[in-house]
Amino acid sequence: MKSGKIEGVIAEFENPAALIDAAEKMRDSEYTRFDCHSPFPIHGMDKAMGEKRSVLGWIVAPVAFLMVLVGFLFEGWTSTIAYPLVISGKPLFSYQAYGAVAFALMVLTSAGTALFGMLALNKLPRFHHPVFYSDRFAKVTDDAFFVSIEAKDAKFDEKETVEFLKSIGGREIELLIADD
Amino acid sequence: MKFDAAAFKLTDLNSVQVRSLGIGVLGLLLTVVGYFTKTEQFFFSYLTAYLFWVSIALGALFLVLLFHLTGTVWGVTLRRILETLMKVLPYMAIFFIPVLLGAHHLYEWSHVDVVAADPILSKKTSYLNITFFAIRTAFYFTVWYLIAAKLYKTSLAMDGGAKPEHIKTLKKVSAPGMIIFALTTTFASFDWIMSLYPHWYSTIFGLYFFSGGLVGTLTLVIVIGLYMNKRGAMDSVITVEHYHDLAKFTFGFIIFWGYMGFSQYLLIWYANIPEETIFYLDRWRGTWPIITMTVVLGHFLIPFVGLLSRNSKRNYTYLKYMSIFILIMHWVDIFWLVIPVLHTSGVRFCIFDFTAMAGIGGIFMWLFWKQLGKHAAVPMGDPKFEESLKHHNP
Repeated sequence: MKSGKIEGVIAEFENPAALIDAAEKMRDSEYTRFDCHSPFPIHGMDKAMGEKRSVLGWIVAPVAFLMVLVGFLFEGWTSTIAYPLVISGKPLFSYQAYGAVAFALMVLTSAGTALFGMLALNKLPRFHHPVFYSDRFAKVTDDAFFVSIEAKDAKFDEKETVEFLKSIGGREIELLIADD
Repeated sequence: MKFDAAAFKLTDLNSVQVRSLGIGVLGLLLTVVGYFTKTEQFFFSYLTAYLFWVSIALGALFLVLLFHLTGTVWGVTLRRILETLMKVLPYMAIFFIPVLLGAHHLYEWSHVDVVAADPILSKKTSYLNITFFAIRTAFYFTVWYLIAAKLYKTSLAMDGGAKPEHIKTLKKVSAPGMIIFALTTTFASFDWIMSLYPHWYSTIFGLYFFSGGLVGTLTLVIVIGLYMNKRGAMDSVITVEHYHDLAKFTFGFIIFWGYMGFSQYLLIWYANIPEETIFYLDRWRGTWPIITMTVVLGHFLIPFVGLLSRNSKRNYTYLKYMSIFILIMHWVDIFWLVIPVLHTSGVRFCIFDFTAMAGIGGIFMWLFWKQLGKHAAVPMGDPKFEESLKHHNP
């Protein structure tokens, strides 16, 4: 049973306050690849975990500015070069009318970028995660609060990490063993 | 200026009151010179300044109605400032008297001979005549006074301890109040601005005027808040989180204003009907394109990009200058609406444009500071007040 590779460790905490407290201690420790799990969002968790602001905005903004320009030029190209057509006696290059399409294209592409960028930054979709090796972990969707540390963490050590989790108040500490 | 953090009351407001009153009286006196030297210019300058300040007071009324209807939490701490701005609105009725007296200089439809010779205008006489014009304006201000007075009084009553009836009353007044506000503001903008070109019409015009005014209100609240904070007042009750939300609202309504302006323009451009296009044609003559483009860039594009990022909304110095810039642009927008009727061939600024702004603005701010000092500067009795102080943007 204990033959598989250790992929991480989880520890249970009693309530959201204890989890926040643990998150702060994790943040101040040298561990980097840790995560907190709870049945519902906890206010202030981002700050407690030391999460930085998402870079998503900086990905969406250039896409939006680029696509509004593309939309404008694209409509200009279709109505002056590709398919010149006089509509209600207006000049071929009637830029006034392009605003709506350029705007719509900007909204569409930036919404798409925001959605797929968010998924990519969250490393989603993924079908498996080491925490699922634990049977107790199923309780996280109901009434349990967990902290997990991945074995990939540079500071991860089977014994030391378990000791560390114990020292910050973790209970029911469990090693995540592959093919368990 | 001092702030009593226990009673939430501003004291020592004398210097700011005296300064406002001084600027106001001096501005108005200088503007009166314009009446004797350049009568036409005087009335147009006065109307521009008047509309600027009325639109700001109207925006404050809208926000108070909105706050009560939505049960907002973040804005509760700012509500007394908005309520005080709203309380100044009825006084603006007095400042309408010069507009009424100068109607003959401002509005083409007031000339009987011109109307009689014009088949379109002669059909509009049942609506566009001085008597009905005055009655309508009196009606708008009466309605605004009644709504504002009831909201203000109930909010003050809550300072001594909120009862469920208070909240009920506020909601009961706000729901129909919002509908009445929408209709009266629309018609007021039709009467005061759109009838400057009696042939022209645009159904979206009321929203255009209102959205510009709302941006003005939000930025003025930011400026007032930062002005007080710098003097050590109210910094415990208006925090960076509240400025962040005010800036978000400003950003949103900058887009809303742009949306209204563009919708009006696109439909008129597309339909190409002479009665409608004349509005934009007048603003594309001579040097007017400079102001037209200033409105597009300064009232939309620059604030849009400038308020896009989170940091820009939370940096006090940046936000202060951006707010002042938007306020100036709001004035340019009103200037762009009103003045082309007078100076058809090109842009002409006049000293009275600025003295009228200072005059009405000084009196407006004097009334504001006077009113703000009378009661607690925040609705401290509101059940959501404590929560509002702890408001936090994720």
